[in-house]
Amino acid sequence: MKWTRENLDLIRELTFNHVQLSILPIVLSFVIALPLGWLANRNRVLRSVVITVGSLLYTIPSLPLFVILPLIIGTRVLDATNLVVALTIYGVAIMARSAADALASVDKTTIDASTAVGYSSTARFLRVELPLAGPVLLAGIRVVSVSTIALVSVGVIIGSQNLGYLFQNGKQRGILEEVIVGILISLLLALIFDLVIVLIGRLLMPWNQSDRGGPSKRIAVPGAESQLLAPSPGDT
Amino acid sequence: MELFLSALRWIFDPDHWQSGSISPLPIQDRFLEHLRYTGTSMAIAAVIALPLGFFIGHYGRGRQFVITFTGAMRALPTLGLLYFLLMVFGYWLSFDTAPLVGSTIAFVILAIPSMLAGAYSGLESVDRQTIDAARASGMTEWQILVRVEIPLALPLIVGGVRAAALQVIATVTIASYAGLGGLGRIITSGIGLNDYDRILGGALLVTALALVVDGLFALVQRVTATPGLSEHRPAAPRRTISRSPRPRTPKIA
Repeated sequence: MKWTRENLDLIRELTFNHVQLSILPIVLSFVIALPLGWLANRNRVLRSVVITVGSLLYTIPSLPLFVILPLIIGTRVLDATNLVVALTIYGVAIMARSAADALASVDKTTIDASTAVGYSSTARFLRVELPLAGPVLLAGIRVVSVSTIALVSVGVIIGSQNLGYLFQNGKQRGILEEVIVGILISLLLALIFDLVIVLIGRLLMPWNQSDRGGPSKRIAVPGAESQLLAPSPGDT
Repeated sequence: MELFLSALRWIFDPDHWQSGSISPLPIQDRFLEHLRYTGTSMAIAAVIALPLGFFIGHYGRGRQFVITFTGAMRALPTLGLLYFLLMVFGYWLSFDTAPLVGSTIAFVILAIPSMLAGAYSGLESVDRQTIDAARASGMTEWQILVRVEIPLALPLIVGGVRAAALQVIATVTIASYAGLGGLGRIITSGIGLNDYDRILGGALLVTALALVVDGLFALVQRVTATPGLSEHRPAAPRRTISRSPRPRTPKIA
């Protein structure tokens, strides 16, 4: 605990930077992915384009992307922008797929009904489809949040000041405590972010509270009669 | 663009494939190392994760465990885990074996969640009626698992292995930073030498490897899909039962 006590200021500063570097990509990827998800849901060609490009981008390993990016967007190699852009790319890659699925999960009859009672397509999207897609969108943004916070630390290799610094510095100087502190704070941040997102979800979607813990539970040992009780497969 | 062309020239320069050149060259040695680390840790992870996933998927017990575990593992920073293990094993093992053992364990830990989730969700996606039918026709639990559930779940199982492979390939690249071999070594030495062609060339090689491996697994997923079960492909969104654009019955013509 000696190292921690002596370096509280450093830890505080790095944690603060880590949070800053994480929030921007999470928010950006949501804002960018939502229209993409909407597009993907318009027709099948666009859907496969969005999903294919997304998964290809997601396939690129993080370190190479961090290194290649400055050459593409013309920033300096040690610029924090590179990290934010790279993390946003990964976030969009996850989130666009999630947004497309979320919008596809809205019941067709509900959409027809809202058209029938006179919603314009914009109003229908904002006031019917988006709220109903909310739970799946929320699940997507939670995945983005967790993976972004974990990935930020790789940015230390390209000179970003975040919790990853504790890993690198701890390894170089042989202070195991420093590495452990870094891991624990990173996990803690992921947990806090997750709780905040869930809380925001609750506030925005108060009707969704009974839905916690997943819509259905699989019956433990499948027997002939369980088919009557179990919801359709693929619904979990 | 000029930078990319010059990086490509660097990659295809025959001098850089000459065996016996100064480390981290020749490229093929780093390439094979990268594949070897990936293959070894994937095999170890598969031996642990797949049976566990099958067990959980077959009996439906421990679902919450899988969800919590995979979620928590996603939050673990790879770099931190890697350095932590390298240091811990550095205390016990000799200078040359510690990086290998420590990082292999890190790769295994990182590969397990995706494989587990794939195996588990694959088995869960199998239609209950199909399993009941298999049981009614007298199959033992083992036969149901091996002859019905696993074949039907194969695309999703392979999907889990695919995600794990990409995760490991990416992490091996980072591990080069900690003194392990592999393609990341080329990037690291490029950074040290301030040689952009080398940095970018290494980055492109890793990216190409990831894309090719991903493509191969995608192909395997397609091949292993049971004919007539197209809607169970992993690409299908989860809750479209009530609003699928296509009819759910298989095409006859």
